[in-house]
Amino acid sequence: MSMTSGDLITERRLTIPTGIPTGILFAIVGYFAGVWLGNLFGLFDDQNTGVILGYLFGTAAFLIGLGFLNYPLARVLGWPVDALGEAYESRGLGRYFRLSLDHKVIGIQYLVTILTMLFFGGVGAMMIRTALLSPDPTIVPPGQYVALIGLHSVMMIFITSAVIVGPFGNYLVPLMIGSRRMAFPRLEALSFWLVPPAAVILAAATFWGGFPTGWTGYPPLSEQASQGMDSYVVGFILIGLALVTSGVNMLATIITLRAPGMTWSRLPIFVWGIFCTSALGMLAAPVLAAALIMLGMDRTLNTPFYLASNGGSNYLWQNLFWFFGHPEVYIFILPAFGIVMEIIPHFARKPLWGYRIGVVGLFGVALLSWFVWQHHLFVSGIAPVLRPFYMLSTELISVPTGFIFLVALGTLWRARVWMTVPMLFCLGFLFNFVIGGISGVYLSDVPTDVTLHGSYFSMAHFHYTIMGGEIFAFAAAIYYWLPKMTGKMLNQTVGKIHFWWMFIAFNSTFFPLFIAGILDMPRRVSAYDPSLVFLNRWVSISAYFLFGSMILFAANIIYAWFFQPVRAVSNPWAARSLEWQLPTPVPAHNFERVPVILAGSYDYGMPNAKPVADLRGLVGATGGS
Amino acid sequence: MATRTANPSRPHVIRVLIPWIILTVAGWIAVSFIHFPFDLSVQGQDQARTLLIMTYLATPVFMGVVVMLVYSGIVFRRRPGEQLVDGLPVTGNTRIQATWIVVSLILVLSLAVLGITTLISSQAAQAIGAAGRAIGGEGETGAAIKETGSELQVQVIAQQWYFTYRFPDYGGVETTHLELPAGVPVEFHVTSLDIIHSWWAYQLGVKADANPGVDNQFHMTPRTTGSFTVRCAELCGIWHGEMADTTGQVVSQGDFNTWIAQQQSYFAEIQKALPSYGPYYFPAPLTKGS
Repeated sequence: MSMTSGDLITERRLTIPTGIPTGILFAIVGYFAGVWLGNLFGLFDDQNTGVILGYLFGTAAFLIGLGFLNYPLARVLGWPVDALGEAYESRGLGRYFRLSLDHKVIGIQYLVTILTMLFFGGVGAMMIRTALLSPDPTIVPPGQYVALIGLHSVMMIFITSAVIVGPFGNYLVPLMIGSRRMAFPRLEALSFWLVPPAAVILAAATFWGGFPTGWTGYPPLSEQASQGMDSYVVGFILIGLALVTSGVNMLATIITLRAPGMTWSRLPIFVWGIFCTSALGMLAAPVLAAALIMLGMDRTLNTPFYLASNGGSNYLWQNLFWFFGHPEVYIFILPAFGIVMEIIPHFARKPLWGYRIGVVGLFGVALLSWFVWQHHLFVSGIAPVLRPFYMLSTELISVPTGFIFLVALGTLWRARVWMTVPMLFCLGFLFNFVIGGISGVYLSDVPTDVTLHGSYFSMAHFHYTIMGGEIFAFAAAIYYWLPKMTGKMLNQTVGKIHFWWMFIAFNSTFFPLFIAGILDMPRRVSAYDPSLVFLNRWVSISAYFLFGSMILFAANIIYAWFFQPVRAVSNPWAARSLEWQLPTPVPAHNFERVPVILAGSYDYGMPNAKPVADLRGLVGATGGS
Repeated sequence: MATRTANPSRPHVIRVLIPWIILTVAGWIAVSFIHFPFDLSVQGQDQARTLLIMTYLATPVFMGVVVMLVYSGIVFRRRPGEQLVDGLPVTGNTRIQATWIVVSLILVLSLAVLGITTLISSQAAQAIGAAGRAIGGEGETGAAIKETGSELQVQVIAQQWYFTYRFPDYGGVETTHLELPAGVPVEFHVTSLDIIHSWWAYQLGVKADANPGVDNQFHMTPRTTGSFTVRCAELCGIWHGEMADTTGQVVSQGDFNTWIAQQQSYFAEIQKALPSYGPYYFPAPLTKGS
């Protein structure tokens, strides 16, 4: 990496010209090659083989066109690897539009991609709520309604799998542990560049009329479905692959690249959240991929893995899917726990109260999440004798989850709370999540689950945990860390309006849905009982307000980022933690030398507290790069 | 450190406790007005009771968190113009943490005991052949249907997009809607002809998935006469939302006998074309791309 960026670009043009244009070109060629091959060898006249191969070939070709093969190819051919232009450091706007190995660039790429996807997912939600203004499927025909449910849910699952780990995990973990880079930069880049193809493939389902199964994809419905279902199969496999690659990379980074002095007990709690979620993602996603490959084979090769009429079992899918699916929902929420516990001490101006029990809480949730998946199947008829076990294990999860609340409330107790926008979102998170968590206990109990299962109650429950939890934490993270990531401070007054608007609209949207569920409204219906019209119209109108608050959020981000001339100071929150000790913008390799960590991030008010790190580093220590 | 901070905390503790207690009691009073309408059956009554107990237990937890958040947000707030100073350097308190763990464990375990006893008492009652109280499906895949005698056998057959019902005790007649006699335990056998559905009779407090090739069993005893609604609770394609029937009735035994006799004569011709009664049925294999 001794070359300047100018040399890199020249060399790059001379060797292998790759980038987004070649990626798209390759993807189109790859897609049609896959379709042609699939239709040539497809055993059955249903085009599924062609569509699936088209998506897979298209994605692979896109990644090759983007430059993912340059490095291995150069190694095989004995070319000088340095000349490839795999930029750890490159300047200008262009670096965001090509394959970059700089974790900070990848973090920004993730953030923009996720926000764009979030917009489309939100538009889908608005269309769903518009359809439900009427108790009959007159505004949106039922076929389109079911397709909307599928697209909104899977798009949101794609987003929420990565909404915190993607932008903030990638950008901040090296900064917070004092590393000059990630352990596996190419894997990191891969984990990002799988997301846009997955989103495009998912959107492509609309050409086939979408898919009718929601995000759970239960066969045999998903085997009966048209070619839109193939988008679900391939898109979800790509997201699973992204979870594995990102998980491996994060774990290796956190385990091996911590700066000297960054002991496990000094690790910022956000990094612990990322650690747990990465472990879950790495271990859970392969199960999903296996299930999806079998579903793809059922759809293309007429294997009967999930077809009871031919000797298979649809319970197989339900078990595999939820064995992935329940750790998956903790993949969403663990980094959000991390964010809340990370941000609160900096604004409470107090040490994190009960750091150890917070970490134990994260690990407890992560561990227990493997033993609860059959609570999604209480009424499915599987293994009645195991129901008490799954009821107990599910209810036990509320104990480590309670630790998060204990830590947050303990830190707030007798603090000097600086009520900034990130802090407001953390408090909003705690309010929403206590409702989401308690409603989860209602669903974990077998007798009450009989009525609440598959109703709007469960739908309201997971929106409280994911939207009211994870997305509120995401907003807190944006307001907190965007000054470091972009050098621009978001407007705090607009931020406060945004918070109260979003908080009230959110609760006004989703709390009535608990009541709708208790009053006999199943999930995912395009028609409902006329007695629930008022409730549903109330919810729809609140949802429009909620969308409005998100528009304000977007406007605040866009204005600050692209139009506001004032640059943020390096440490606008006067925070102790390591990432804020760096200059803004963060230099190319983060730290000139690997820093030496001297104290914990949260030692506020400690007499004689040392600064968190010595940024001059150890003499002669240049490792970690 | 702990001894020094205990005293200044006391006024705050009292000021948190008082609104917490008031709000909890107010919440309990509000909860006592809740009536869950799914109590037409013995099982539904169990659920409604469990749900109410859980809500009573949840009230202090929810109120506690809210009071703490609001109190901390207001009282411990840095006032405008006030200098940015650090708070107390307290990193934890073993006694409070231990108390929290013990209390939350007790809460959770008592909920689990409540749920499990409700569940087990139901299954026990079913096992000794009294009024069947098992909730949810038994899921005896492929098992032959047991003739227990005292229970009315009803098979629920789901398909896109309606439910039909077969009565093996009445010659296997298949009806398009459901009436049940009050006070008579019913053994349901839920199956599907195509994809997964879920039979949800809201007022009866029962829900069981209908899987193709599976005989999902559960037991239910309607308490009194009344009407009930049947809906599909598992996404099953385009007309999932329309897969509902509001005509379900729990009637007296005499009315039920009249109704079932009517059905037998009304569907007599169709019944000749039906396959013989079985735990599940496999129609023609699924076709894709439809």
